[in-house]
Formats: sequence, structure tokens, C-alpha cells
Amino acid sequence: MDKSIITVTGRDTVGIIAKVCTILAENNINIQDISQTIVDGIFNMMMIVDTAKSPIVYDELVQRLQNAGSEMGVRILCQKEEIFDKMHRI
Amino acid sequence: MISQREVIETNKMIDEENLDVRTITIGISLLDCADADLEKTCRNIQNKIRHYASRLVETGQAISREYGIPIVNKRVSITPISLVGAACCHTSQDYVRIALALDEVAEEIGINFLGGYSAIVSKGMTTSDRLLIESIPEAMAKTNYICSSVNVGSTKTGINMDAVRLMGEIVRKTALATSERDSLGCAKLVVLCNAPDDNPFMAGAFHGVTEPDAIINVGVSGPGVVKYALQSVRGQSFEVLCETIKKTAFKITRVGQLVAQEASRRLGIPFGIIDLSLAPTPAVGDSVADILQEIGVDKAGAPGTTACLALLNDQVKKGGVMASSYVGGLSGAFIPVSEDQGMIEAAECGALSIEKLEAMTCVCSVGLDMIAIPGDTPATTISGIIADEAAIGMVNQKTTAVRIIPVIGKGVGETVEFGGLLGHAPIMKVNPFGCSDFVSRTGRIPAPIHSFKN
Repeated sequence: MDKSIITVTGRDTVGIIAKVCTILAENNINIQDISQTIVDGIFNMMMIVDTAKSPIVYDELVQRLQNAGSEMGVRILCQKEEIFDKMHRI
Repeated sequence: MISQREVIETNKMIDEENLDVRTITIGISLLDCADADLEKTCRNIQNKIRHYASRLVETGQAISREYGIPIVNKRVSITPISLVGAACCHTSQDYVRIALALDEVAEEIGINFLGGYSAIVSKGMTTSDRLLIESIPEAMAKTNYICSSVNVGSTKTGINMDAVRLMGEIVRKTALATSERDSLGCAKLVVLCNAPDDNPFMAGAFHGVTEPDAIINVGVSGPGVVKYALQSVRGQSFEVLCETIKKTAFKITRVGQLVAQEASRRLGIPFGIIDLSLAPTPAVGDSVADILQEIGVDKAGAPGTTACLALLNDQVKKGGVMASSYVGGLSGAFIPVSEDQGMIEAAECGALSIEKLEAMTCVCSVGLDMIAIPGDTPATTISGIIADEAAIGMVNQKTTAVRIIPVIGKGVGETVEFGGLLGHAPIMKVNPFGCSDFVSRTGRIPAPIHSFKN
């Protein structure tokens, strides 16, 4: 298990999740959890994914998601889970 | 499972509140590089630094991308060069040759700074210590990446006043040697008392002789995060205030701990310490002075400031030590003037004086830091300022330091621009009364008594 957190923030448009999921599927990355909220038209999505079986170099995944975000006018971050775990769990 | 709220909180700290890891610093022992031949010593030094640190920058960048946390600086600290060069340096020029070799390898591996062009002379100076100290002005003028420090006293040894007198002159000469760059050389030169062996922050970083061959020390940051957290508890009791600072310091330090462990694993170098310092930058919102204002003083320097800082410093440590088992370095709040927008404003409007800063150094982790003073300040007065700070450190068993910049050609009311993380500063007024008879006395101030505590 090699968990990462993907977050998407920005204006809601059609196909954001589809686009992210396509990138993940192409790279054999399993989605474990998705939650999303839309507040005042701002789209907030968080995904927990497992990259353990993915052949892609992590840096490249981060870059590809970021580029996809730029194309759709949203911000997509992909970060390893430990940073959140360390900060919020004793 | 991590909640969306927690993820958003962390990313908000990074995006809006300037949370970052200030530095990954690899400490490298150069003791085994010493040789009787100067050129061979230089080659040994360069090879050893390359061996341990050539992957530092790329590793830091990779960690930064994977976790989404900025890592601002990648640095190297080394064994004090006065020890390494003792066998081969017979003149100050020989030491300058080593400085140039260090600068060359620092540029080659892409690091921001290399610290340890240093001498530890708390009790007395060897011939090589003196030669190194005398070479500092030229070394600072001819290099870009090298930081220098001299430890002139400690609680156990007292204060070496011969070194204090010499350092007053060296600070002035360094200012003169770099006068065409607003005396920038002095921003890379610090005079310490009770210097720690494992400090990752510049300009005082060096790799002490108590350390192993190589070690990774990480300096965290995050004044902006503390300030934003305190905005939500305005007007509330000290208990709530302290609790908020501690929780925030915990979170900041955990990020530092993660980065340190990852860097250690990837580089195959043991993890040393986390330095829990609130290190400001000139960026708006990344200021320790702003925290003091948020606690409740109108401007840094107003009555109450020392108490606010004492509280802040203590809570940062209390929160931080829970987050990491190995805490070291300077650990506390930094109060540099030129690197902190809130401090700059406080100095410009007259709220903050050097004397008040001196009082503040009694309760925080460093000393008089990045303070621009008139270029015509006599060397003896600079020595007096150094002696005062060293005395505070010696008696209170803490690290203190002086990094002041006599800006040649400028006086009170003018401003100096250092650029980048070093920021800009108004020239601050120095007490015009002298202390040359005091500074001219030779020998050392004895160590204070720490017995008879009944």
C-alpha cells in the first residue's frame, strides 16, 4: 500500500473527475475513497489512491495531474499521504 | 483516515501561510581531509563534500514535489576550518585558498550556502585560529556561498575578550572589503557564544567535533502559520494562546521530521536533529514581529515585547519537542531585523531600538541578527556590542550571537538593500558613547559561577 492524496480545487466544470480517473486508470492506480463538495461554485475534491502497483515515476504522475488541472482551469495536487498523517495524527 | 478538512488545512498552511521547511543541512566532518599540503587538503575537502552532498539538491527537490511542501534551502555545514587547515595553512592567504575551494564545490553541487568557515576560540586562540579569523574579510569578499562564524565564549569557559576585540576589527574590515555591495560580507559572518554543534541555520552553521562523519539536520520555519492560528484566538486567555502556539508548533515540526527522515533514508546519511526555529523571511505574513503584534503589542519593541517573545519561544519549544525526539540547534524564535518585514517596519517607525533587541535576545534563541548600523561605527563599539551579547549567553547558559552590518558610507535614516532572503534594513542608531578602555583590556572574562544556587 502506497497511499497518496489527490486534491482538486477550482471552478466546477464537466468531466473533472472523469479526467483524473482516466489518468489514474491508465497508470494502474487504485482509488480507495473519493469525497467532494461544492461550496459557492468552488469544487473541492479529495481522493485517496494507492500507487503501489503503478509503474509511473511519482514525479511524472504529479506533473501529469497538474497539467490536466491547468487545462481544465482547476488546481490538482498529488501528495504522499504521510505529510497529512504526520501533521494531524500523534 | 485523513479527513478532507485536515488536507485542506495543511495545504492552506503551505499556500497561504508560508509554511515551508527552511533548510536541509548536511553536516560533514572534514577532520580526515587535513594534510600538510594545502592543495591536497583542498582536494580532499572537495571530494568529501561531493561524496556526501552531491545528491542533496535533487533529493530535496524530489521530496518537495512528492509531499507538496517547499524546501527553501539545501545547505552544507562543515568542521570548523581552523581545525582542518591547521596543518597546512601558514598564512591567512592559505586559508583564503581553502575558502575558494569550498566556494567552488558549493557552486558545483548547487547548494545555497556552506557554513563552517569558522573558529571555536571560547577560551583561547591557536595560531591557526588567528590566521583563519584574519582571513575572514578577504574570504567573505571573494566567495559567494561561504558563511563564517567565530565562537568567542561559553558558559563553561567564559568570554575570550582578545577574540572579542579582534572580531570588532574583523567585522569592520569585512564591511570595508565588501563596501561596494553594501557591506554584504557581514551578513555572512556571525560571532557566537555557546554555539551549538548541530545548527542547520546560517550564518552560524558548522559541523561540531562531537558529530559523526555526516548527519542530516533540518530547520523548520512557519511564523506565518503561527500568526494565522493566533488570529482565531484574539482576546482569549493566555492558556488558549499558549495551547494554540503549541499545537501549531507541533504540526510544523512534524513536517520537518518527515522531511528529515525521508532525506536521511534517501541519502543514506543518519538523521541528527530538527531545529525548531520560527525563521522569518521578508515575505509579507512570514514575520515573527507580526506574531508579537498578534499577541497584543502595537509594534515589536513596544513595552511587553520581551514578555510576548519569552512566551512565544517557550511554547514553540514545548509544542515542538512533542513532535520530534531529537531537537537541537538553535530552536526558538529568530528575530533578525532585515529578514522580517514586521521588524523592519518597527525599526523604521522608531518602536524598535538595538537596546530593546538586546533585551529580546535574553529570551529567544539567537541574538542581534541582521542589524544594519552606521558605517562609521568604531571597531571597539562593535566589540562592546559583541561582549554584551556574549555575556547574556554566558550567564544565561544559552546561545547568543551578533550579526551586525556596519554599512560603509551610510548613516542613520538611510536604508540598505541586501536582496532575497536577506531582505532590507534601515540603518539603526548605535549608542554614541564608547567602550575602548574596556575592550582594550587583554585576556578573558572568567566563567560565571553556577554553583551556590541556594
